[in-house]
Amino acid sequence: MSSELPFERPLAELRKKIDELKHFGNEKEIDFTDEIGRLEERYKQLESEIYDNMSAAQIMHMARHHQRPTSLDYINLVFTDFIELHGDRVFADDLAIVGGLAKLNGVPVTIVGHQRGKDTKDNIQRFFGSPHPEGFRKALRFMQQANKFGRPIITFIDTKGAYPGNTAEERNQSEAIARNLLEMATFGVPIICVVIGEGGSGGALALGVGNRVLMLENAIYSAISPNGAASILWKDASKADEAAEAMKITAKDLLAFEIIEDIIPEPQGGAHRDKGMQAEAIKEALWRHLQELQQMTPDQLREDRYQKFRKVGRFGTAELE
Amino acid sequence: MFKDLFQKKKYAVVPSERTKRDIPEGLMNRCPKCGTIQFSKELEKNLKICSACGHHFRLNAWERIAMTLDEGRLFEIDENLISEDPLKFPGYAAKLEQQKASSGLKDAVVTGEGEIGGYPVVLGVMSFDFFSGSMGSVVGEKVTRAIEKATEKRVPLVFFSTSGGARMQESILSLMQMAKTSAALAKFQADGGLFISVFTDPTLGGVSASFASLGDYNLAEPGAIVGFAGRIVIEQTIRQKLPENFQTAEFNLKHGQLDKVVHRKEMKALLTKLLDMHSGKGEPADVQ
Repeated sequence: MSSELPFERPLAELRKKIDELKHFGNEKEIDFTDEIGRLEERYKQLESEIYDNMSAAQIMHMARHHQRPTSLDYINLVFTDFIELHGDRVFADDLAIVGGLAKLNGVPVTIVGHQRGKDTKDNIQRFFGSPHPEGFRKALRFMQQANKFGRPIITFIDTKGAYPGNTAEERNQSEAIARNLLEMATFGVPIICVVIGEGGSGGALALGVGNRVLMLENAIYSAISPNGAASILWKDASKADEAAEAMKITAKDLLAFEIIEDIIPEPQGGAHRDKGMQAEAIKEALWRHLQELQQMTPDQLREDRYQKFRKVGRFGTAELE
Repeated sequence: MFKDLFQKKKYAVVPSERTKRDIPEGLMNRCPKCGTIQFSKELEKNLKICSACGHHFRLNAWERIAMTLDEGRLFEIDENLISEDPLKFPGYAAKLEQQKASSGLKDAVVTGEGEIGGYPVVLGVMSFDFFSGSMGSVVGEKVTRAIEKATEKRVPLVFFSTSGGARMQESILSLMQMAKTSAALAKFQADGGLFISVFTDPTLGGVSASFASLGDYNLAEPGAIVGFAGRIVIEQTIRQKLPENFQTAEFNLKHGQLDKVVHRKEMKALLTKLLDMHSGKGEPADVQ
């Protein structure tokens, strides 16, 4: 069960060496305290060398780590009294989307999130976290309900994108995404979105029209997956790492572009190293932003959200002939 | 608002040299669908519809405007907005210059005011010949401003879309244009505004998954490919051959996604009729 990514391998090797030395020392009753101390020092140094300057591609691989916590992990750790709800009332219950009611520090909220599977079987049921139209419509139903009852909405974004399939197209994937974008703009309740893993394309944005959009430190967010961009631009999907650098997909980049409001720190080595600690950090950020948003009236919340998206874009003006 | 008084408004008549440059006189044209060869002049006279099989050729923005607006007259707005390279994306700046030169456009959408059948409208027309009609910051901004113009003037919005999707060279900034345009439409529609959206070949990805799918009436030209994910991506995902007519306007009509498939020759008449029915100017018919 190797959980380390290629760029983390030097760390894993050093850790192994330290453990071996300890084991050997114990067995042969030789005192390696000094040596072990030196190696532990070196380990710390290496750790900060590796984690403090991660490239966009390395962050992308971290965001896709197979042990990375999912929406349901955070729902269970951050909130209490979760009641999971199902279905779009029309066609099906798309398991690529989870959601329901819960309490955040005692305040009732509606939660909606993309849900990746934990293993292959789970992933097949959940379409690897890529929703069909019924998934987006399920999410919309929960959010409309929240709006009706004046409950804040919290979304967790974690998808490679909307499901690219014939059945999804037949049921109008485009309209389902577009409808969510339009409807989310009209809600008079606070909406906070957290990108916890991969924020891929329109399928991510369909849960992403919030007053506040937050990202975990090692999450990514882009118009198309770096793999998709590489195969279109350079006809070579294996150049995803290059595309990741070019596309400015990291939390730091998006904060600089004023697309997101806040970066939620991760434990050293990524969220999967300490789920509990990660959940605490998410909870702290959600609560802080929610308290601010709860000072606003429904009209102020709508206008705040409108302005947030209205100002996005970089362009110039040409001289008119 | 006061500033608007001083804004330069250009009476933009379809520049003739533009169309001439695209298809030099005397050139023959082969229909991509049935292979029939016909004179370009004849084809243009026939609104670029193949006389043999009825295939609708793609139009650029100015050809569409000429066919749609009364006297082909558009008061263009925001014509001076141009794309920058905010991500410093490899090759983007050069590609923009090349696209401007080959299409004669500044970006992938032309917006403005005009009249259809005597009814004032705000019109937006996308052009596939500029960067595959992809939506970056400029397209999103121009579409949003067009919606805001229609809201402010309380006139209907008519939009012809064609797009390969988001412009990935502006990654997250182009993705957010989907939310921006949709939010502007939410305001427009809450205010009672009429939005007629016409899909033309092809409309995919970020454009079809945002404002273009949010019409009060969603129309399409015959044979237009409209969808979210493209055919090749889907075939690679599901590892199955898709039906021949997959994502065509006719296919989408059958699946309940469109109000109507409208032949190019009937488009203006239908738009006029729809505008009339929302004009509040209806006169009672003579009762026999």
